[in-house]
Amino acid sequence: MTSVWIIARQELARLFVSPLAWTMLAVVQLLLGLLFAMSLADLMLNPQRLGDYSGVSEVIGGGLFRFATIILLLVIPLLTMRLFAEERKAGTLDLLLASPVTLTGLVLGKFAGIQAFLTLMLGLTALMPLSLSLGTQLDLGMLAAGLLGLWLMMAAFAAAGIFISSLTREPTVAAIATFGLLLGIWLLHAVSFFDWQPAIMGMTLPLGDLARQLSLIGHYDNLLYGIFDTGDVAYYLIFCGLFLALTVQRLDMERH
Amino acid sequence: MNNDVLVDAQGLTRRYGLIRAVAGLDLQLRNGEILGLLGPNGAGKSTTLRMLAGCLAPSEGRVLIRGLDMARAPSRAKRHLGYLPERPPLYPEQTVREYLAFCARLHRIPRREQGAAVASAMTDCGLADMGSRLIAHCSKGYQQRVGIAQAILHRPDVVIFDEPTAGLDPNQIREIRALIRRLGESHSVILSSHILPEIQATCARVAIIHGGQLVFDRPMRDIEGDERPRTLRLGLRRPPGEDVLSSVSGIERVEAIEEGLWQLTCAPGADPREAIAGQAARDDWGLFELSQPRRALEDIFTELTSADRPATRQAA
Repeated sequence: MTSVWIIARQELARLFVSPLAWTMLAVVQLLLGLLFAMSLADLMLNPQRLGDYSGVSEVIGGGLFRFATIILLLVIPLLTMRLFAEERKAGTLDLLLASPVTLTGLVLGKFAGIQAFLTLMLGLTALMPLSLSLGTQLDLGMLAAGLLGLWLMMAAFAAAGIFISSLTREPTVAAIATFGLLLGIWLLHAVSFFDWQPAIMGMTLPLGDLARQLSLIGHYDNLLYGIFDTGDVAYYLIFCGLFLALTVQRLDMERH
Repeated sequence: MNNDVLVDAQGLTRRYGLIRAVAGLDLQLRNGEILGLLGPNGAGKSTTLRMLAGCLAPSEGRVLIRGLDMARAPSRAKRHLGYLPERPPLYPEQTVREYLAFCARLHRIPRREQGAAVASAMTDCGLADMGSRLIAHCSKGYQQRVGIAQAILHRPDVVIFDEPTAGLDPNQIREIRALIRRLGESHSVILSSHILPEIQATCARVAIIHGGQLVFDRPMRDIEGDERPRTLRLGLRRPPGEDVLSSVSGIERVEAIEEGLWQLTCAPGADPREAIAGQAARDDWGLFELSQPRRALEDIFTELTSADRPATRQAA
């Protein structure tokens, strides 16, 4: 546990002495702020649209969080690419491997550090819809579910990014591959719309269903509508656990 | 097992695909020793050290640090080790003190002792005034010192340095060597290099690796610590005949190198230097050089590592 904290703390410290973290926070905040302002303006000009939704929380909050995941899809690979690829390239990975820290502690520490940074980003994002409570009644439960969904989505992205970063020594390669992997899992959702049920040995493969369950989006949508299903949360936890375990395996293989 | 043995590598083998980088290497480091690992580039030095440091798992064989198996109890074994890889593992965006504080936590130094440990390692490595300097702004020599400070921070029993003076200028090399010698007084050190004078200047024992095998392992004093010279170089302006030279007691053979210069081979156990100087002065030979070439280790190194297939010659 201590080693997780030591590594996470170092990761955060290094992030914040570099311009990367600050630039990232600023750019994400600017883009989300623009979208927030635009959707507010849109709602003021066409208040009748509100009738299609269950309230302001869903229109503004849901829209904002949905847009945030698209930005995160682009930003998180840039954040996670450094984690192992850069350490390997710079030779600092040896420092960590020769220290008494275990591989599991190392991987969890890196993950915790990145997730702490992303939580800060989430907090800044949450302030925008929450600021509406000055003028109206918000469905806080729905917002909380949406924020939880966004937080879990961040964790899933980060875990996949850490794994890809452990495969290579070139940070840029890690970034592109992570982006490809995430977008791939994301777009799996599209497969679920195909009206195609291949039959093998008399059994129909539930391909559409499978794709829907595996895709990152489906589970997110539920939370954005304010539906908290443990199945959706479990999906993200399993997703993170799988990629973090793969990272530990990969680092162990590298030694052998 | 002998309590004195800090590092015990048994039958270390490391394969990269089909290539065997290290093949069945046995190595021991005793308390208070400075061991020099010598070998041409690509001989397997770095691979061996990485295995000793626990960064790389051996394909066969095992590493014991103070009797703790690196494969079974890695965390406990690594506490007794400090390791400086070939390239110092530094985070350039941090200051020297921030970086060393991280290393102190990494090596599980208790919180209350961390400040003192960082301060004393910085003093030991001549970094006392550099604490708030960014590592990126330090010269290569100072970066190397930060790397060394990192390795000794937790006062490990064994410190492993992989080519600690590579890429430094002659002044920095001298300083780093002096630093390593000083550290050797309180730690056991394994040092790798492909530079002979480096090993001669710092180490008490030398092991030569060639083709992934240990081909030589002996204390330095066996090689050259013996006060009595085996060969001498003699320069005379007005030389007598060679027969006169060879008649000086203690000289076995006389070979002319060039005009006025000879190589003398001494009889075992004899030291004819005083006799030669005395006779040269009496008979006015015009003595201008009488020296003992320090070639012993270099000869051994060349002999052992220039052959394609290493002859295994391991002395007790």
